[in-house]
Amino acid sequence: MTTFFILVGYLGLLIGLGLISNRFFKGTSADFFVVSRSVGSFLLLMSIFGTTMTGFALVGSTGKAYSSGIGVYGLMASWSGLIHSAVFFAVGIKLWAVGKRYGYVTQCEYFRDRFESQRLGFLLFPILVLLVIPYLLVGVIAAGKFIQPTTAGLFPDAFPMPDLPNGKPHPLTGGVPPWIGSGVICLIVLFYVFFGGLRGAVWANTFQTIVFMITGLIAFVMISKNLGGLKEASQAVAESEFASQRLARDGMIGKLQFLSYCFVPLSVGMFPHLFQHWLTARSAKNFRLTVVAHPIFIMIVWLPCILIGIWAAAYLGPLGPGQTANSVLGRMVGQLVHSPVLSGLVGAGVLAAIMSSLDSQFMCLGTMFTNDIVIKKFGKDRFTDTQKIWIARGFILAVVAVTYGLSIYLKDSAHVFDLGVWCFSGFAALFPLVFAAVYWKGVTKAGAYACILSTMVVWCVLFYRDIIAEKPPGAEEELLIAGMMPVTIMIAVSAASLIGVSLISKKPSEATIRKFFA
Amino acid sequence: MKTAVVIVLFFVLAILHQDTWNWSNKDLWFGFLPAGLGYHSAYSLVAALFWYLVSKFAWPHKTEEWAEQEDVPAPVPAASARHRD
Repeated sequence: MTTFFILVGYLGLLIGLGLISNRFFKGTSADFFVVSRSVGSFLLLMSIFGTTMTGFALVGSTGKAYSSGIGVYGLMASWSGLIHSAVFFAVGIKLWAVGKRYGYVTQCEYFRDRFESQRLGFLLFPILVLLVIPYLLVGVIAAGKFIQPTTAGLFPDAFPMPDLPNGKPHPLTGGVPPWIGSGVICLIVLFYVFFGGLRGAVWANTFQTIVFMITGLIAFVMISKNLGGLKEASQAVAESEFASQRLARDGMIGKLQFLSYCFVPLSVGMFPHLFQHWLTARSAKNFRLTVVAHPIFIMIVWLPCILIGIWAAAYLGPLGPGQTANSVLGRMVGQLVHSPVLSGLVGAGVLAAIMSSLDSQFMCLGTMFTNDIVIKKFGKDRFTDTQKIWIARGFILAVVAVTYGLSIYLKDSAHVFDLGVWCFSGFAALFPLVFAAVYWKGVTKAGAYACILSTMVVWCVLFYRDIIAEKPPGAEEELLIAGMMPVTIMIAVSAASLIGVSLISKKPSEATIRKFFA
Repeated sequence: MKTAVVIVLFFVLAILHQDTWNWSNKDLWFGFLPAGLGYHSAYSLVAALFWYLVSKFAWPHKTEEWAEQEDVPAPVPAASARHRD
């Protein structure tokens, strides 16, 4: 029960953090939505890093390394180290500058003015929400899937599970089921976002990023120690018939697939929650630490997870019935970290990583709904600041309810890593839009519409084929097109539509060009 | 000139990411770190060094100054009538 009480204590701590951040709240919508643009270098680094690292980075990467081996690090972590920082540097600073100069709070506000079209915001808003929901699902499903094995055996009477076909007890019996675990996590994040706004999210992100980085390292040390040491753990993989292939990429990941993953991290350029975080920076100088430290921070988090994933392949062997790769990290912690205190701390760390993304995503959805839909529809003077904040909170609540419902429905069928990649792919496919908006004076309103609409059509078709439609027997588990990730096709279509239509349509006005290009 | 150097170095790093020579390599560096994983961990450190040099020698000071200027033109009204859809 010690593990359980530590998890409960940690969640209580977050509630306290929400209450404290509420004491610093100035009561204005600018403070609630962008922390009055007052965030310094360290908080910016921690909040941006914490936001980009989610259940995808811990639970998903370990599960994916378990099934696909060490190449998973190259797919996401090392590409992200190079490309995330490139986007922060080339796009983030430019957008921060425009946001600071003209007072923008959301992406839609910027794109509306940049492309001289109010309707563009109404088109973009539901698309961004649609793409954020799979991202939220990644966190909510990962939380439930992690809590269950971590608490396995604690409540055998309350949460029994049927024995396995071989007569052995189910390894997850007595664990808190995902519908409770996911629900509690949603409620905790809702609480501190409601009370603290983006300030609460930034503070919680910073605190939680420190927690999950430190506890992740503790888990890594404890797991390797209980496997006999680093060398012994990796040697066991080399000697295991089931696991040894995971030490390299041959037969696990295709070369074109590996190359085409470079497009996936471009998604950070279009994440609405990152846009909002960029705008919180006090000055452009505050981006320096983020740009430089981001690749190292990614390495600190991903390297241990990938090693734990391949060690798990040797230690746990093939998955049994009803088990998914999402539960691998929880099972390794549950079975190898014998100290209940450390198990509790590690569990808190994983939940910290998950919640540090959920909070920003919840916040950005509420912010977008208030600023891009309600205020645009009814005018900015129609509501008081307090009313605007409550409108944001109401929308956040609705989105969380939908996400929670979907997470219960999809918890056994959706692979956290694949769901995350689809979300990132959709945002990455919209990257040409933001890149052109920042650097190309000749991009037009019609080009922007063509880019958004073509992206959505291609994304919906491919997402349906990969995630929703039933696959024929023998089909590849992951959808690849000519050996490449679907995001390659999506970006090609999106960029071609943007450029092609912009070249033949009416150019933006001189006033707009002067406004956005120094 | 600085921008061109940054772009060239960026693409050199991107090419170095595709380490096909490690594709089948199951060697364990230091007895525990698979070669492909070790290479990409080192790659992350090189990426951080690259961005350190970029932020030191090619920082976009002009963008920063532009954002900080005080003679800012008035923001475009939220529901600007000149945005014709």
